[in-house]
Amino acid sequence: MTYLAKSPWIIHYDASSCNGCDIEILACLTPMYDVERFGIINTGNPKHADIFVVTGSINEQNREIVENIYNQMPDPKVVVAVGICATSGGVFRECYNVMGGTDKVIPVDVYVPGCAARPESIIDGIVKALGILEEKRKNMPAQGSATVPHHKPHTNADAPGGTQ
Amino acid sequence: MNILWAIIFVLVAPVVGGLIAGIDRKITAHMQGRVGPSILQPFWDVGKLFEKENAVVNETQIFYVVCYIIFMAFTGALFFAGGDLLLVIFALTLAQVFLVLGAFAANSPYSYIGAERELLQIMAYEPMVILTAVGMFVVTKSFNVADIAASTTPVVLLIPGIFLGFLYVLTIKLRKSPFDISTSHHAHQEIVKGVTTEFSGPSLGLIEITHWYETVFLLGFVWLFFGFNPVIAVIAVIVVYLLEILIDNTNARVKWQLAVKSSWLIAAVVGVVNLAALYFLAGGVR
Repeated sequence: MTYLAKSPWIIHYDASSCNGCDIEILACLTPMYDVERFGIINTGNPKHADIFVVTGSINEQNREIVENIYNQMPDPKVVVAVGICATSGGVFRECYNVMGGTDKVIPVDVYVPGCAARPESIIDGIVKALGILEEKRKNMPAQGSATVPHHKPHTNADAPGGTQ
Repeated sequence: MNILWAIIFVLVAPVVGGLIAGIDRKITAHMQGRVGPSILQPFWDVGKLFEKENAVVNETQIFYVVCYIIFMAFTGALFFAGGDLLLVIFALTLAQVFLVLGAFAANSPYSYIGAERELLQIMAYEPMVILTAVGMFVVTKSFNVADIAASTTPVVLLIPGIFLGFLYVLTIKLRKSPFDISTSHHAHQEIVKGVTTEFSGPSLGLIEITHWYETVFLLGFVWLFFGFNPVIAVIAVIVVYLLEILIDNTNARVKWQLAVKSSWLIAAVVGVVNLAALYFLAGGVR
């Protein structure tokens, strides 16, 4: 048992979400659900975060931002895609400007579907992510040695229009 | 000078400071109608930070952070050993300057704004802190913490104005809400995380531990006002900290202009008037 699972800090990014899922994520912080009792804090800083929570589908405008935030987070880190848009693109997946879910650009560890995802299922998704976070910590190389690249860089084959 | 107290401070202060931070978060949560995390949460947070990858933008950052914690521990150790109050204040400023340098070392706009605001905060609280040392000297005839603490003079009754002024700047030092302008600690994100934006993992953990040292040292400073009676002193320290939590939870953050102007005004009015009153009424207490 490490401290990681007791103190997961989150960064939340709204990638073209309709704000439905974002409001549900913020609802988790309210006295009703109070995720801080699990040590979960919503930081606004990727460099302090352990869990990357993405809502909304990926498009050409936000692809680089999502990659950038992911790359700025120190290891170990996990990605949670919240809502059906972040999971697969949802009803927007056929749109000419939408690439699809978060996993088109960065590796996603937990998918929380729903439109909008309920706070209970979001908390459940985060708790699932904690187990993966622990596992990643175990597989992490010792401090000081070179870090293994974790994900394949984005290629143009995934770009919108590539599926046509 | 008492080396034993210095050693005790260096070893015990992080534990006490962490517990205070945990109790702070619990009380804050209750004030907001939440359950809140365990009071051991700050220790888990720091433990977590040391498990993370140490991603640094600029290697010198680590040097500055290490200097920050060393000088903060030195400040508190000197204080609890009963050293010279002025030297304690200068060491405190030096420690703070190292944090500012660390933030400036990373080429990031948020880090820069945070560092600049941190400098403004130092500017805001410094006059009042110096006045506090002067006030204590006037009523106890000594700058030595050991003498002030052992003095039977009811310090707080002779310098109540300075005490109130010190409480005002204590809010800045503890990074509590109306003046939490450089770190945006509690989920306000206008400048991301201010001075601490570019620190992650173990370096951020060190900054947290430094903050615990600082909290214990500052509460020790509050103790000095009540040194004539340890029982009252303990109660006063607890009441002061609860008051700070209440202020934190009931106030919106102010602009830096107001933080600097108001703390200087408070220092100039209550601090200087208190000193003048002492001089004229008690004939300089000499």
